[in-house]
Amino acid sequence: MTSSMLFNIATFSYLISMLAFFTFLAVKSKHVGLAGSLASYFGFIVHTAAILLRWKESYDMGMGHAPLSNLYESVVFFAWTIILIFGIIDLKYKYRVVGAFVVPFALLGMAWAQLGMESGIQPLVPALQSNWLLYHVITCFLGYAAFAVACGISIMYLIKAGKEDSAGTTQAGGIISMFPSIKILDDLNYKAIIIGFPLLTLGIITGAAWANYAWGTYWSWDPKETWSLIVWFIYAAFLHARFTRGWVGKKAAVLSIVGFAATIFCYLGVNLLLSGLHSYGGGG
Amino acid sequence: MKNVREDIFFDKNPWKSGSVTLTTSNRGFLQALWDFFCSLKLAIFLLIMLATTSIIGTVIPQGTPPPEYLQTISDGKYKIYQALGFFDMYHSWWFILLLYLFTVNIVACSIKRLPRVWKVISEPTLVMDDSFEKTLGLTHDFKMNGDAASLRDKMTAFLKGEFAEPVVTEREGEFHLFAQKTPYSRLGVYVVHLSIIVIFIGALLGSFFGYKAYVNIVEGTGTSVVYSRSGQKPIELGFTVRCEDFAVTFYDTGAPKEFKSLLTVIDGGQVVVDKRPIIVNDPLTYKGITFYQSSYGPAGEGGLYHFTVRERKGGAPVKLSLHPGERTLLPDGSSMQGLEAAQEVSQFVPQFRGAAARIEVTPKGGGEPQAFIVFQNYPEFDAQRGADLIFTYDGSDEKMFTGLQVAKDPGVWVVWTGCSLMVIGCCMAFFMSHKRVWIRVRKGHVTLGGSANKNQPGFQLAFDALVDKLKQQ
Repeated sequence: MTSSMLFNIATFSYLISMLAFFTFLAVKSKHVGLAGSLASYFGFIVHTAAILLRWKESYDMGMGHAPLSNLYESVVFFAWTIILIFGIIDLKYKYRVVGAFVVPFALLGMAWAQLGMESGIQPLVPALQSNWLLYHVITCFLGYAAFAVACGISIMYLIKAGKEDSAGTTQAGGIISMFPSIKILDDLNYKAIIIGFPLLTLGIITGAAWANYAWGTYWSWDPKETWSLIVWFIYAAFLHARFTRGWVGKKAAVLSIVGFAATIFCYLGVNLLLSGLHSYGGGG
Repeated sequence: MKNVREDIFFDKNPWKSGSVTLTTSNRGFLQALWDFFCSLKLAIFLLIMLATTSIIGTVIPQGTPPPEYLQTISDGKYKIYQALGFFDMYHSWWFILLLYLFTVNIVACSIKRLPRVWKVISEPTLVMDDSFEKTLGLTHDFKMNGDAASLRDKMTAFLKGEFAEPVVTEREGEFHLFAQKTPYSRLGVYVVHLSIIVIFIGALLGSFFGYKAYVNIVEGTGTSVVYSRSGQKPIELGFTVRCEDFAVTFYDTGAPKEFKSLLTVIDGGQVVVDKRPIIVNDPLTYKGITFYQSSYGPAGEGGLYHFTVRERKGGAPVKLSLHPGERTLLPDGSSMQGLEAAQEVSQFVPQFRGAAARIEVTPKGGGEPQAFIVFQNYPEFDAQRGADLIFTYDGSDEKMFTGLQVAKDPGVWVVWTGCSLMVIGCCMAFFMSHKRVWIRVRKGHVTLGGSANKNQPGFQLAFDALVDKLKQQ
């Protein structure tokens, strides 16, 4: 059994999970919803084992480093953190249907990594040979994942709010009826972001500490640094907007989606489109 | 959410902040200015402005823009960018102004709201009277037998055991108990605000009293001067740093594995640091100045390439030494030139390890020159080329230089303090809530009231559990 096979099983599990959640929306059977959750949990366990196995494989190859060193490994880890945060929200708040809008993000990541990327284990270049790698990558991606979940919830919010507007004040029917109320969606969005914001803050701080340790500058307005700060500003605006009239509800949902778009740009766009110091994640 | 909102800011309508209309009176103007800087809308506006304008510097190259880039933009555009400071936008007047406004906004918001929050913490409402009870979302009423004093003692013990030590107040024959948990969590937001100011102070300290510099040191030599990264201004270190040796190693794939310099520090004629290895991610700090492994290269001075040449048909091998680019005559009348050499060839030719040189041999009397690589670790390799002369590379004594980033930043600890405060403040603000429980003992009635400033559903569960426990007593 290689880690690559396990990653494929995890990817397939997320596919099943996503399809189950979509079916759940249509047929409204509790069992189907449960199946969706269980499939994603099974995938998560296999995914975890795969990451650990890949870690071990790198030691067997004499390189010995955490599997967080290039684009492929980071996308795989990102998918893992998304399912982790989804699992926490699912178990804690029991709004299973959220899975239909969150698991696809993880599936997309895994499918892209497994089908479209070079997956070989490479040795660590000198710049990455540091314990900060672990702290920095883990905190950043847990933050990103919380924002991904918030984005999925915000999309649900906008769909539901839009339908309810056009349908008048009455509760909208069809697929939408499975959605939690917009009040709950708004609250879940907030809850996901208050998980993500401190993690992003920690991610930026560990990144700064590492940069200071490796290069002697904790902040150099490098595109990656700047984009992480842009993301931080957007979510800081979101958190303040919640206490302002006229900024709750739809605008907050839009801000959450914009925030996640900026997060994705910070993660992928900067490496693939802009140049800078943070080039390890590119190409892969 | 309404509850939370009012609880945090503690005034009925914090958004409509007083008289916003401009009046001709000075006081009116100052009031309006103050209200402007205290407003949350300004905070949101500034955050969004900082986010959007920051994008510019990630798209337009910062510093001295490369000529390739300048060719892609028109003259007019260049002038506009230049005028707006887009080539160094994070230090442009308008970006700095945004940061100043942001700072003033944070300070003003905190000055306005902190005293009220502090009052909630330091002067809690100890008595739950009927009108206050109505404002609480969570209440529960019990009928209980027993005189007031014994009920008071029972409730005091109950709160102490199940929640927190209560404060007991007696009023008109009624007993009022008040207990609270983590009141200081209300300060979380202000801790985060303070942390931003602390980080700014740290950054300013660094820019006034520190520097960022670089220096290249050739192996076997030392320097006491480094050069500022902005403007190449020389900076005296006050001591000497020597590079004893530089080495680079590679993985089998040809990717670099380690860049290592051995540094010696000589201060006042004494060796204070002796041959300390520094690598990327492991710098050397002496007297508050830190040296970071950053780059390397051939020193390009005095280096000689050494070769051995022998004829295929036999005879004594001939040793040759020549400078890079130098041409020399060979025993058979042809000539050779050492083009370039590398300490480690695997990054160019992944199948091979060790040092190698690229040479060019021109046949006797002219003709097509031939360029090829010879390896130090594979002396027989060149024989396979089939030519009459067989070359072996014996290495070079070319010196390398190590490129070091040099930084002095006395503000860095202030920045880390600010960062720690920010994380602590975030945790206080997001994950802790100020939980309060009141108990009123009145003629055979015991009334419980509770409130939390955050996460009400979570507190409701805790409150219900408290009520259940009291029922069992």
